[in-house]
Amino acid sequence: MSGDDQEILTAIIETLGAVTQNKVPVTASTVLRQDLNLDSLAEMDLLMALEDKFDVSISINHLPEIETVGDLAAMIAKMKEG
Amino acid sequence: MGLFDKFAPLLKEYEQVTAAGHNPFKVNVGKVVSPTEAVVNGRPTIMAGTNNYLGLTFDPTCIDAAVDALRREGTGTTGSRVANGSYEEHRRLEQELADFFGRRSAMVFSTGHHANLGILSTLAGPHDHLVIDADSHASIYDGCKLSSAQVTRFRHNNPEDLDKRLARLARQPGEKIVVVEGIYSMLGDRAPLKEIVEVAKRHGAYVVVDEAHSLGVLGRHGRGLAEEAEVEDQVDFIVGTFSKSLGAVGGFIVSNHPEFDVLRVACRTYKFTASLPPSVMASVSAALGVLRKKPELRLRLKANSTLLYDGMRRLGYQVGPEVSPVVAVHLPNLEVAVRFWNMLLESGIYVNLAPSHATPNGVSLLRCSVCAAHSREQLERILDVFQAIGTELGLLEEPRLAVAQ
Repeated sequence: MSGDDQEILTAIIETLGAVTQNKVPVTASTVLRQDLNLDSLAEMDLLMALEDKFDVSISINHLPEIETVGDLAAMIAKMKEG
Repeated sequence: MGLFDKFAPLLKEYEQVTAAGHNPFKVNVGKVVSPTEAVVNGRPTIMAGTNNYLGLTFDPTCIDAAVDALRREGTGTTGSRVANGSYEEHRRLEQELADFFGRRSAMVFSTGHHANLGILSTLAGPHDHLVIDADSHASIYDGCKLSSAQVTRFRHNNPEDLDKRLARLARQPGEKIVVVEGIYSMLGDRAPLKEIVEVAKRHGAYVVVDEAHSLGVLGRHGRGLAEEAEVEDQVDFIVGTFSKSLGAVGGFIVSNHPEFDVLRVACRTYKFTASLPPSVMASVSAALGVLRKKPELRLRLKANSTLLYDGMRRLGYQVGPEVSPVVAVHLPNLEVAVRFWNMLLESGIYVNLAPSHATPNGVSLLRCSVCAAHSREQLERILDVFQAIGTELGLLEEPRLAVAQ
């Protein structure tokens, strides 16, 4: 994992901390729906917050491909390159 | 893993909602008495959760027109217009809608949901972008899901946020289509349409406005928010429904786009479903006539909405951000909302229970919809009952006496 990727991951974990009130430890392998109990609306709101954080545009059509926090980080890294 | 395991969280919430008494999603309406009254569970009930804004469901002109068409043309079209042809009522209703909105073309769909599914999934191709308000109705989300386009949400009613997101998308190819609603169905708030249209046009985006809850409600002629905000000439497509202020069922799209008609052969929710029965279209036609001829209905609706909205506020309830025929009473949590809803029904008042997963910011609402045909007595009765239950449940700080004064 590159420094940039680590930075993205840390930022996502930070954002998720606010959503979950830090009740659940979050790592790259945390599954958004299952482990954090995020419903589709919460997932979309998370995506929106991350779009702003990283100044990227991520279509909500990508959500079905995103299972873990790591998937989300990889998606953002790709968008930032992109 | 069983087929139905994925529904476990939904089932849990459903059980929580239904365990407290009556099932809010399966209310048995025994007899419909008028636009504002029914018999529910054997009890005369004031209906204040039906979106029947102008109260035209029992309008004699509409009923006569429907009965006449039913006798003349039968019970149904038994297929789509592409296969079974267009009846006189299809053509007439489309012409009347186009005239009413002052647009070149209109297309009628079998439901409002179909109209949204149809336009969003058909207009936006794989490289295009649908940019939707985050609080959009399910039919807009479904239309996005059915389309192959890229979908971006912007923060609810926030033109600056839309601006920011469209600026980001400027780097990507494809057309941009901004989608908003006239009145949002859960909280009853209007889109800041003038500002949204300004932002959208500055970025070269198309604008779609869903006037489902604002047709017949807003604008000097009842054409909706685009008329009220004086931006009709900049709104590319207006979507609407016949199932609210027009008292029937069905949906429509109007536009000035010269190539609009090609959607009739491109749009799957138009091509592959049975068209509306002649009787429904005849009643909608008649209802549109009533809407045009009786602006006083809109004024009465406004007065009734103000009475209920102000009354709820005076009682101490938190309601939506502005006066609207949708009066959304905020409750602290789902459990209290369910209990309150049951007590209302037991007192002969029907409103909608909107559980947190169906509302913006996960708030539990008792969603009242006001009708032009509600009498002052009915609205005051609703307020009295809200006061009594709110006091009993400890939701109101102190009983207030000024409700009807």
